[in-house]
Amino acid sequence: MSVLKVAGARKSFDKTQALGGVSLELGAGELLGLLGPNGAGKTTLVRAIAGRVRLDGGTIELFGREITAATNGARAGLGVVPQEIALYPLLTARENLSVWGRLHGVTPGDLAPRITRALDWTALGDRADEPIKRFSGGMKRRLNIACGILHEPRVLLLDEPTVGVDPQSRERIYDMLAELRERGVSLLLTTHQLEEAEAHCQRIVVIDHGKVAAAGTLAELVEATVGAERRVTLTLDRAPDRPLPGFEAGESGVVVRAHVRDVAAEMPGLLGVVRDAGCKVTDVEVRSPSLQSVFIHLTGRELRE
Amino acid sequence: MIPTLLRIAFTTLRRDRVVQMSVFLLPIVFFTIFAAIFRSQTRGVTAGVRAAVVDEDHSEASRRIVAALAEEKGLRVRTAARPEGAPRGAAEVPLDRARALALVKAGDVPVAIVIPAGFGAGFGAFESRAAPIELLSDSSDPVAPQVVSGLLQRIGMTAAPDLFEKLGFSLFERYGGPMTGQQREAMRRWTSSLTDTAPAGPGRAPGRRSAAGDSLSASIVPVRIVDVLGDQKRNPVVALTAAGIAVMFLLFSASSAGGALLDEVESGTLERLLTSRAGMGTILAGKWLYVTLLGVFQVTVMFVWGMAVFQLDLMHHLPGFFIMTFFTAAAAAGFGLVLATLCRTRQQLGGVSTILILSQSAVGGSMFPRFIMSEGLRAIGRFTTFNANALDGYEKVFWREAPLTDLWPQVLVLAILTVVFLAIARALARRWEST
Repeated sequence: MSVLKVAGARKSFDKTQALGGVSLELGAGELLGLLGPNGAGKTTLVRAIAGRVRLDGGTIELFGREITAATNGARAGLGVVPQEIALYPLLTARENLSVWGRLHGVTPGDLAPRITRALDWTALGDRADEPIKRFSGGMKRRLNIACGILHEPRVLLLDEPTVGVDPQSRERIYDMLAELRERGVSLLLTTHQLEEAEAHCQRIVVIDHGKVAAAGTLAELVEATVGAERRVTLTLDRAPDRPLPGFEAGESGVVVRAHVRDVAAEMPGLLGVVRDAGCKVTDVEVRSPSLQSVFIHLTGRELRE
Repeated sequence: MIPTLLRIAFTTLRRDRVVQMSVFLLPIVFFTIFAAIFRSQTRGVTAGVRAAVVDEDHSEASRRIVAALAEEKGLRVRTAARPEGAPRGAAEVPLDRARALALVKAGDVPVAIVIPAGFGAGFGAFESRAAPIELLSDSSDPVAPQVVSGLLQRIGMTAAPDLFEKLGFSLFERYGGPMTGQQREAMRRWTSSLTDTAPAGPGRAPGRRSAAGDSLSASIVPVRIVDVLGDQKRNPVVALTAAGIAVMFLLFSASSAGGALLDEVESGTLERLLTSRAGMGTILAGKWLYVTLLGVFQVTVMFVWGMAVFQLDLMHHLPGFFIMTFFTAAAAAGFGLVLATLCRTRQQLGGVSTILILSQSAVGGSMFPRFIMSEGLRAIGRFTTFNANALDGYEKVFWREAPLTDLWPQVLVLAILTVVFLAIARALARRWEST
């Protein structure tokens, strides 16, 4: 069952089309990755769902109820984590949590325990009373997310929540998001970090030029775009005397490549070709298609900025 | 290397309109304002000191002096006014001392010239028994009584030379013996010629008048200046200075605090606020209230400092002070929000607010007293700046010690300005709402 449904969302700014009929659905407890090049329309779509952009056409339904930018009070179950560190730098972590909690309607009675939980959740308990201007980028990012969930939304929109942080902080942030999912929160996340989307998202929507280019699980996207073939790379002890049948020559003479659909069935044959050429295999790498290849396949290599 | 650095600097200047305004426009604006103010001073006519005139003597000398005062270009004389408390359309009656005093205390005129009974009897006697003309003055304008005093010396010589001559010869006869009939006839003819050719007021024989005025100024027309407002006050001018400075800095701090809105746009917190339960109207109301309270606190701190260090009498004027400070801070906060919502960046806000605030403060009386400005410039100040209205209110509280109800014109103007500023800011802030 979907908690958020966008159907045919269209939006233009002057003569520039930002959204050209985007449709997507977010399932309950799902982590949906929204991918696309710069200017593809990701942020516009997130802002439209958050009520900050008035659509020219199309509909948005939250928990089965259609909402617009003018709809008051319908977004109580929605949380938004902006791309910027939208916090007050001279306030402490606790004070930031407190003011954002109150602004999102958390009652004074509920606030203190939720702040304590949020500080534990973000591992910022020991720095709770320091002004956040002294925090590292990763700490601010974690707090940025926490300020968006104090009112316990059932749907959370995250606009590039891991931009500019180190791998450790990124891992911590995805652990936090996994905890939210376990609590039943549905997450829509935009990111440029394809390996993160590949590792953490249940489904992925790729949008480009304001339209959905592809949507589905990673396997579905791979199948629908670059195909499910694995790439096999062999490093030999010496360059073969003649081209090996079924292989492509690599950058250096000792590296050859082949594509297989069934590794177990086709691998012995490939090794046999090498052996017949009088070479020995010193290294083997089998690689499945990545989201990177799918993304490039869908959106091309042309720069967008 | 240097040409490259110059190229960077000039290219940046060419593209930075705020710096261009600060470098070229601000000096021109200030030059214009200062030139307008001081040009009127050097001309000596446009500033025209307002003065109420009361003739209690009704002698030939006092009538001539009143007539000469009325013709004096450096003065704008009132000899009649509505009775105190009479409705706006009521007929004016000749001024008496009490009514003239009330006009000075109300700030309608900075000085009242009272020619007391008995003045004419001793006029021209160069003796201490002559009753002095009283200048009932508002010492918040220290220039006016001095100007009037000087003009009276000149007028004394030029308005009634024949009276001087008669009195002079009577003194001569008293101490030197009686004149012959021939001498007396010659005297009569000369006196007659003086009366025929000497209309009252200025405009004749400036060289002679000037010389006489210089040497006799202390005794031709005895003058006594009476400070009717400042006499019993402890350092009252400090209050007016504090108000002038406070209002100007109130504008600066309001503009700066209002600029926090631009910081919120920049940092993304405004966008986040707008996804919370707070709408733009609530956000602006919150900012306005904060800046207003900050302003009240700022001005209070300044006046408390004035009280501690300069003996400013704050404690006896607390209600009026807080009324004026609240409404002034409220209008300043609205003004700051207009600037913040009008500008795109902090840098732009800095440039625009500097130009607008300094100009307003100069015309509105925060930088120098408005009594040295021409009437036209004062009117411009009153209608285009809120400094002038705020300072008028503080002046009523600290200088004139007017009842609180007398503050209504200033409070009304400031309240209207606040509403107008907030409406403009709200309209301008729509650009940050849903697009």
